[in-house]
Amino acid sequence: MPKVLFTSNIQRHVACPEVDAIGRSVREVLENVFATNPQARTYVLDEQSALRKHMIIFVDGRPISDRVGLGDEVPEAGTVYVFQALSGG
Amino acid sequence: MSERILVSSRKGLFTIQRRAGQWEIDHVDFLGDNVSLSLTDHRDGRHYAALDHGHFGVKLHRSTASGWEEIAAPQYPPKPEGYEELDMWGRPVPWSTVRIWALAAAGSDDAGVLWCGTIPGGLFRSADCGNSWEMMRELWDHPKRRQWMGGGADLPGIHSICVDPRHSGRVSVAVSTGGIWFTDDGGARWSQRGEGMRAEYVPSELTHDPLAQDVHCLVQCPAAPQRMWVQHHNGIFVSSDEGKTFTEITGVEPSVFGFPVVVHPTDPDTAWFVPEIKDEKRIPRDGKLVVTRTRDGGRSFDVLTEGLPQRHAYDLVYRHALAIDESGERLAFGSTTGGLWVSEDQGDRWTCVTHTLPPIYAVHFA
Repeated sequence: MPKVLFTSNIQRHVACPEVDAIGRSVREVLENVFATNPQARTYVLDEQSALRKHMIIFVDGRPISDRVGLGDEVPEAGTVYVFQALSGG
Repeated sequence: MSERILVSSRKGLFTIQRRAGQWEIDHVDFLGDNVSLSLTDHRDGRHYAALDHGHFGVKLHRSTASGWEEIAAPQYPPKPEGYEELDMWGRPVPWSTVRIWALAAAGSDDAGVLWCGTIPGGLFRSADCGNSWEMMRELWDHPKRRQWMGGGADLPGIHSICVDPRHSGRVSVAVSTGGIWFTDDGGARWSQRGEGMRAEYVPSELTHDPLAQDVHCLVQCPAAPQRMWVQHHNGIFVSSDEGKTFTEITGVEPSVFGFPVVVHPTDPDTAWFVPEIKDEKRIPRDGKLVVTRTRDGGRSFDVLTEGLPQRHAYDLVYRHALAIDESGERLAFGSTTGGLWVSEDQGDRWTCVTHTLPPIYAVHFA
């Protein structure tokens, strides 16, 4: 089952512990995560269910290419890493 | 008179308290976070804070007896499959809350109702103190809404919401840029208002088009709701018929450019502004920070300087960063360079509370 890790920066807003989640695509995996952690959804996805502008997701060390549909495949033993750019002042 | 001020800033929500005649910082909430706007609902005393986390989106928090709780933020509806909307620069218009730009409570005749204006132009209504929000689709789907344009911000947005104190179903909102819009049935139908305003920065055939007006701030006198004041991108305008028509006020020194305006709660002829050099510079003229005040409906203005820096002051005061309390005696304003000033006598004299806050976005008496 894929493993999902979240950036430490999101944790002070909403708890997102490491979790295993079923799914063959990034969309399926994340929807299963958000089913049990709905508050996290709005921190990662926008209203159109696309990845927020400054968020990024890696699957097994490679950035996903489909930021809107989240259709990138996730291997059975894959790791999905959700994090973000850090910027600002 | 109000004894407390909430200051929304780039790095937190500051509570300023008056004790023994002195204003001082009492505490800060959300330290380090971008608090773009806050509201106190005087019907129940609850506070609301809009946070812009950037990467993680726009969130809304509500005060509780012991602190704060995150509540629903306004959410745009799903965009129809295959639908794409482009702005005047050809960029896609996101159906997503980019910024919470206006928060307002309805009157006592509309318990629990809140209004929220956003960038890129969605207006939302909550009937349950922010637990859930409904987009005003009639306004969003209005064909002229697609002609709203970004100004200082890349995208258009609703920054001013005036709920008629006589009847909460009558609501006026102002758009930068898109003029003034009005409903008299709680949001079911919307119509454009604002005849008489003048936009000097658009092609001449659009100069007097109400849709082309870049309203920076719209306020309505609580005791005399037929009176509205507008700080506009290129001038000051006043209405005596609830925003249907406006008259331009000219010749105001040092400038008619600025962002905020407040009106006295019971005297519709008295209003305050914070002038700046127009329009791309946006700094006080000659480095002198001043407030202007009219007490005769705009026929004449006082330039108020006592207690304000008159050398090398480059404070910009945003549209929500000038406030008046319910008595009409106390005013406060905050600047982009972290200065906060309070007046106890309608602006005749000002006291600097601090000049070391983060950039200030909004100020209100709580």
